[in-house]
Amino acid sequence: MYLTPEQTAILQGAKGDTLAKVMKTLVMYGEIFGADKMVPVTSRYNHLVTSFGLKALGPVYDLMNRLIESGAVSTQKFSADPRPLDPNVPANFLQNLVFHKFMYSKQAYYEDQLEKMGLMDPDAFSCACYLEEMGNRPRKGDVLSWAESSAVVYANSVLGARCNRNSGIMDLMGSIAGCVPHFGLLTDEGRKATWIVRVETSQKPEAQLLGSAIGMKVMEEVPYVLGLDAWLGTELSDDACAYLKDFGAATASNGAVGLYHIDNLTPEAKEQGRSLIAEGAQVYVIDDAELQRVRESYPVVWKKPDAQPKLCFVGCPHLSLAQLIEWTQNIEAGLRASGHRQVLMPTVLTTAPAVKKAFERTEYAQRLSQTGVILSCICPLMYMNNPLCASMPVITSSNKLRTYSTARYHTESEILALITKGGDR
Amino acid sequence: MRTFHGRTVAPGSVTAEALVSHGGLNTLASFQKALQFGDKKATCGDQNNPDLYGKAMAGKALCLPQTIGSTTGGLVLYCACSMHRQPACLLFSNPIDSLAAAGSVLASVWLEDVNMPVVDCLGEEFLQYVHDGMTVSVSPDGTVTVE
Repeated sequence: MYLTPEQTAILQGAKGDTLAKVMKTLVMYGEIFGADKMVPVTSRYNHLVTSFGLKALGPVYDLMNRLIESGAVSTQKFSADPRPLDPNVPANFLQNLVFHKFMYSKQAYYEDQLEKMGLMDPDAFSCACYLEEMGNRPRKGDVLSWAESSAVVYANSVLGARCNRNSGIMDLMGSIAGCVPHFGLLTDEGRKATWIVRVETSQKPEAQLLGSAIGMKVMEEVPYVLGLDAWLGTELSDDACAYLKDFGAATASNGAVGLYHIDNLTPEAKEQGRSLIAEGAQVYVIDDAELQRVRESYPVVWKKPDAQPKLCFVGCPHLSLAQLIEWTQNIEAGLRASGHRQVLMPTVLTTAPAVKKAFERTEYAQRLSQTGVILSCICPLMYMNNPLCASMPVITSSNKLRTYSTARYHTESEILALITKGGDR
Repeated sequence: MRTFHGRTVAPGSVTAEALVSHGGLNTLASFQKALQFGDKKATCGDQNNPDLYGKAMAGKALCLPQTIGSTTGGLVLYCACSMHRQPACLLFSNPIDSLAAAGSVLASVWLEDVNMPVVDCLGEEFLQYVHDGMTVSVSPDGTVTVE
């Protein structure tokens, strides 16, 4: 790999042992993938996947301390994934004990480290950092050193930025050095589609189900999706972006997709069209039967498969302002139709802190509160990551949360019926 | 006995019992409970991976196509290495993915006493041939012997 004289000097220790290790990490990482050079990180802000003070991640805190003590802090300010805890989200005595005394006992310690490293602001915690209200929205063509699979796939696909699926810690390394190895999704060749996905469903496919099917099929390759523009239109409207946010998160968590192109809709597909499809690309056709097959393949891992759900999470990844308003309206309508005043089970909608503030300035905040729904900024995944939740029947419309926890997946209309009517559509 | 040749990502020699995943290994889902709750065997907690779910991963020759899922994957692997709960080696049939590569590099650069050889590009036949419980030996040049 070609390194500039300055990069070579850093690698050889000119700026200290710690920075030399940072550069060595990036060089070794790049060499595995045949990177030809380092390229500057051009985004204004970085985004880190690690936001949770899990006691089990002691080695990460040790490494952070080594970086901080040697002055090897991020050259960019950054946002981070959501916090794991919120006192407003239902938890019993035992869960609270486990959360605070065992699992996330390092939360305050870690947030202090993040602040020293360059956290954008004390509330910069969301997996959807790219939402306008959060202020970390890269420009088209920006080179990023981000992690968080759902954010990376959104930045690449919907915003046209360039970022590999970096791991936690590696995200920080690129930001400290100010450069990242040039390979994969940073290159024109790496952004070509090696799968053609034909969407041939009879109605608009559920975003999280379609994303799951594609992720499981193409794994880490790049799909070029045909037929979805018929349902989403050809402009990146708020609705289309919200759909693509949820769709992308499912492709990235059920598989390992870092970039997708939607024919006639996403920026590179609009500019370059089907010339983005690599020679010999494989074809995957998705119709109603295929979506049904994928859905039926999900294991039910509740201890009692027929248990009544005790908690519902909506918003993984975090909901946009438009989605919050739509959920509010739909829940109100569902409750009116069923004759209930409030939702029939504890229900948590999750969103980014800045979006929550914007929502609270609208009339809908009071209306949502009256339905009994809890609005939170936590990461449902981090909430669910413990054995106590494994025995708890939780439902969700998030295919990402389903993948990483014991939560059971339902479509959005099913979720709505379950929380407002107790079942059926 | 069969021998396969791959690309050395992290050099080293080791002989261990095979543990095979035919689907992608979701690193976070697989390791997180083990790391959180002190399970030294690193029992796989990924409900979506029927090949590995409930099986001990620490000290095994983990044979897999690639890793998938959350981008915490690399740091989770780094933590598993730091806590000595990592597999004996990682043997990929496909080219290694960016998350597993990150975990391997981070462990190699920032930890002192970790030996976790990593070999990729072993091919589809490797995963078809190897089964749980077989003995796998890895050489620094990327040669993998299965018996």
